[in-house]
Amino acid sequence: MNDPLKTGGSGLLDELYREIILDHYRRPRNHDPLKTPTCSADGANPLCGDTIHLEVGLDDHTIEDIAFAGAGCSISQASASMMTEYVKGRTVEEARKGAEAFQQMMTTGETQDLEGFDDIDALQGVSKFPARVKCASLAWKTLEQALEGGGVASTEEGETSHD
Amino acid sequence: MTITTPEVDHQPFDIERIRRDFPILKREIGDRQLVYLDNAATSQRPVQVLAEMTRFYRDHNANIHRGVHTLSVEATDLYEEARRKIARFVNARRAEEIIFTRNTTESINLVAHGWGRKFLEAGDEVVISEIEHHSNIVPWQMLRDERGIVLKYIPMQPDGTLDLEAARNIIGPKTKLLAITAMSNALGTIVPLDVLVPMAKEHGAKVLVDGAQSVPHLPVDVQALDVDFLAFSAHKMLGPTGMGALWARYEILDAMNPFMGGGDMILTVTMERSTWADVPAKFEAGTPNVGGAVGFGVAVDYLSALGMDAVRAHEVELTDYALRRLGDVPGVTIFGPPSAEERGGVISFELEGVHPHDVGQVLDTHGVAVRTGHHCAQPVMAALTVPATARASFYLYNTPEEVDRLAVALEEVARFFGGA
Ligand SMILES: Cc1ncc(COP(=O)(O)O)c(C=O)c1O
Repeated sequence: MNDPLKTGGSGLLDELYREIILDHYRRPRNHDPLKTPTCSADGANPLCGDTIHLEVGLDDHTIEDIAFAGAGCSISQASASMMTEYVKGRTVEEARKGAEAFQQMMTTGETQDLEGFDDIDALQGVSKFPARVKCASLAWKTLEQALEGGGVASTEEGETSHD
Repeated sequence: MTITTPEVDHQPFDIERIRRDFPILKREIGDRQLVYLDNAATSQRPVQVLAEMTRFYRDHNANIHRGVHTLSVEATDLYEEARRKIARFVNARRAEEIIFTRNTTESINLVAHGWGRKFLEAGDEVVISEIEHHSNIVPWQMLRDERGIVLKYIPMQPDGTLDLEAARNIIGPKTKLLAITAMSNALGTIVPLDVLVPMAKEHGAKVLVDGAQSVPHLPVDVQALDVDFLAFSAHKMLGPTGMGALWARYEILDAMNPFMGGGDMILTVTMERSTWADVPAKFEAGTPNVGGAVGFGVAVDYLSALGMDAVRAHEVELTDYALRRLGDVPGVTIFGPPSAEERGGVISFELEGVHPHDVGQVLDTHGVAVRTGHHCAQPVMAALTVPATARASFYLYNTPEEVDRLAVALEEVARFFGGA
């Protein structure tokens, strides 16, 4: 019964698509473009076509405002929505810590003991779906890119799809 | 020394007996029986192929072409017999016209290097199409950047077919090569080679056919097609991974440069220079995938025993059913040609409001395996203005009941993501 090669099944589905995730997907937060962004970045997940455009309004070291636009799967877009909610009003330092904690959660599958991370913890189930980790991580990678001064973030170094 | 011909005589086309040859179809994903609809990516392999590959490694394994000992002679015979089987399968004039490669991609790159680099000059035109797989785009872009050849595309029309009127203007006196897929892996479109090949031949151009999707699913006869190169992969036609073939006219192969240098592809080597072995050895440097060739040979035996006309008929029937059944699912848009006769068993679709990635994920929990993404055909996605699609692709072992499972699961996907 406990064949490690056998995965899948519908119980896992509810773990992946928690209600709060679907809620962020259907009603994305921080979705209106900023009037005067101080930096921005574009992120792409070439394997599945997820894209995110991120605009950040920095005041000194604080993320005063942030907005995203994009197209992609529920996981990528919900993660972006949650990320913007989390970092808005926090310092760049705190945002970077958030990105680190998120990566940690994707690698270990364990929720992170971080204040304000409650919604984001719902993405913990994604760690069980290796193919989806990139979708969830895209927003954070793009954020890091924007904070570095902009440009293009990609989850891939090169093309590796086989159809 | 022969490979035992597998026991396949499922005449008439007996789907129940066929399915018994593919034990993986009984696998459960979670608590549901697998519905495997990702055949355009790779097919499954029947027990006959697996058994003969095992038997090769168990009873006959040795390196080929280099030994006088019994096993080496047996292994060489088996390898060359596989070549003859593949040659017969595509109706090549002689077995030497089959070059064993790793896959379609390597076959096309072999032509770009061995033929393109030798015979194409700056300004020469290579014509491909907008519906090509990346493996029939990128090698030509690389050659363009290196050699200054000109790359032209036959455009796709909104229904996924090629614009043949445009093709008539694009293919011209400067065209040296038409490199074209026979069937799109992204949309299933069957390309009318009977129209396009004469356009190229009229101008003395060579024709390369990407047969990755057509050779597994349609009867193929290289002499009737009147083309020059045909590239295909074993793993999409019941054979092992890491195995493919290039068929080309003997005279062309003879005139071409080798692809890779090394053992087995030389006649003589001195410290100063080497001379090349004859075709096909010239193109098969190093120890080849002998076990893979054996499996490939059995795979085409299996297909031949069923008959490619019967395989095609089964898929047309199934695709016709699927087009209607999936078309009835609310929110589903199907891309590509409208009728089953104009396409292979490939259905690319979109479910309104749900990203293909999410569609694929939920289908997986129903045991239904489809592919989602750009299918290595980003120009097609760009033309359709979608980032990606979900794609169900059929093979000889798929059934209408499996199409129903897909449709029912899709209805559930819509419910799952639709609720506010
Ligand atoms: C039309 C087409 N061409 C080329 C390829 C490349 O095949 P392979 O990956 O076996 O080299 C594929 C398979 O994905 C295909 O569908």
